[in-house]
Amino acid sequence: MAERLLPTPSHTIGPFYGHALPFPGGAEVAPQGHSDAITLHGYVFDGAGTPIPDALLDFWQAAPDGSLKGAPGSMRRDPSTGGFVGRNGVDFTGYGRVPTDADGHYALHTLPPGNAGLPYISVCVFARGLTHHLFTRAYLADGADPLLDSLPAERRATLIAAEGANRTYRFDIRLQGEGETVFLEFQ
Amino acid sequence: MALTQSDIDTEIKDLQDAYDKAVAGGAPVLHHPRRDYAPYRSSLLRHPKQPLVAVSGGDPEAVELSGPVFGVTDITEHDSDLTLQHRGEPIGERMTVSGRLLDRDGRPVRGQLVEIWQANAAGRYAHLREQHPAPHDPNFTGVGRTLTDDQGRYSFTTIKPGPYPWGNHTNAWRPAHIHFSVFGTAFTQRLVTQMYFPSDPLFRYDPILRSVTDEAARNRLIAAYDHDLSRPEFSMGYAWDIVLDGPSATWIEEGR
Repeated sequence: MAERLLPTPSHTIGPFYGHALPFPGGAEVAPQGHSDAITLHGYVFDGAGTPIPDALLDFWQAAPDGSLKGAPGSMRRDPSTGGFVGRNGVDFTGYGRVPTDADGHYALHTLPPGNAGLPYISVCVFARGLTHHLFTRAYLADGADPLLDSLPAERRATLIAAEGANRTYRFDIRLQGEGETVFLEFQ
Repeated sequence: MALTQSDIDTEIKDLQDAYDKAVAGGAPVLHHPRRDYAPYRSSLLRHPKQPLVAVSGGDPEAVELSGPVFGVTDITEHDSDLTLQHRGEPIGERMTVSGRLLDRDGRPVRGQLVEIWQANAAGRYAHLREQHPAPHDPNFTGVGRTLTDDQGRYSFTTIKPGPYPWGNHTNAWRPAHIHFSVFGTAFTQRLVTQMYFPSDPLFRYDPILRSVTDEAARNRLIAAYDHDLSRPEFSMGYAWDIVLDGPSATWIEEGR
C-alpha cells in the first residue's frame, strides 16, 4: 500500500452559505403524504444558550426497512432548464439538509429509521464559528445501545429525542456548556 | 474596545508558537483546525468543551459507515460552469479549478457530489445579509456543483473571487477563497473546507486560515497555479486535490 496521504483540513462553512447549500425540499425526506412520516425538530444553541441562526444540518439515516443504500435524487435537477426538480416524492433517499431559521430552529420530515438496534438519525452540524463539523445522533427511542450505555446518564440524555404529539421528536443541539450535546468521533 | 489586527496577530502568534513547540516535543500533528481557536471570535461559544466520544469503526451496525448517493440527475451540465448561469458574462478573471477527490490511501472517490460557493470578483456574495459595499454582479451567483468522474476528478469554470472585509476585528479581511463541500463514500468522510490562491498577502492575518495551526496542513488548502490547466484565450488554471479523512478505507474494502 502506498504511503497514506495527508487529509485536507476542514474549514468553517461561514455565514454566507445560504444561497448555495440549502435546496428546496431539503427537509422533505419522507415521500409526500406518507402516513408513517415523522418530524424531527429542535434548536441549535451556542454556549450562552443563544439560538444559532446560521447553522446547517445534514441528516443521514436508514430507510424503514433498514436499508442504507438510499436512492439517488435528493437534489434532482432538470437537465433542460437546470431548475430544481427535487425528490420524486416516492423514493426514500435517506439524506436531508436543513439550515436553522432566524430563531435557530430546524425541522426534518422523514420516515422512522429501521436500522438494527435502536433507531437513530445521524446528524452532521456545520455553523459559522465551527471550524470543523460535529457528528451526533438523534435516537428516537431509549434502550440498550453500545454507545448510549457507554455514557453517564446526563450525557446519554443529550442524544435521545423527546417524543411529542403528532409524531414529532424534539432534539436540541447544544454546542457548548450546560447540557452540551455528545459529539462523536469515528475511529 | 474593538480588537485590532495587532491584538489578533499576538493571539495567533502565541497559539502558533505553542503548537510548534508541542509538536517539536513529540505531540501529534493536527491536520484539522482547532475548534477552540480564540482569534476566530465566532468559535468562542461554539466549540464543545467535552471531549468527543469515540465510536468504534468495528461496529458494523453504524449508519455512518455508508453515505448518501448522488447520481447524474442531481446536477446539470451548467452547474459546473459558474460563468454560464446568467445571460451575460460575469466580471473578473475567468479560471478553471480542477483536481481530484481522493481518500487517504490515494484512491479516487468516484461519483461524489462536489459543491462550491464563493464571492464575486469584487468580494461580495450573492447573499442578502452580506452588507459589504462592493458591487453585486448580476451575471454571477457563485454557486456550482459537479460529480467526480472515474478518476475522482472534478472541474469548475468560474471567476476568481475577491478578498472581503468581515467583522472579526477592526480591519479584518479574508483572503480570496472558494468554499467546497464534499461527501465521500461514508457519512464520516463529510468535509466542508476552503481553497485559497497562491501567495496571498492576507494569509498571515486571517484567523480562519490560521486556526489550522499546522503549517503543512495550511499549505494543503492553497491551490497551485497550473499552466497546463490554463486554456488559450479563455481562462487561468488552478489545480487543487482534496483528500478526505475518516476511517472509511477498510469499510470500502469490505464492500460498503
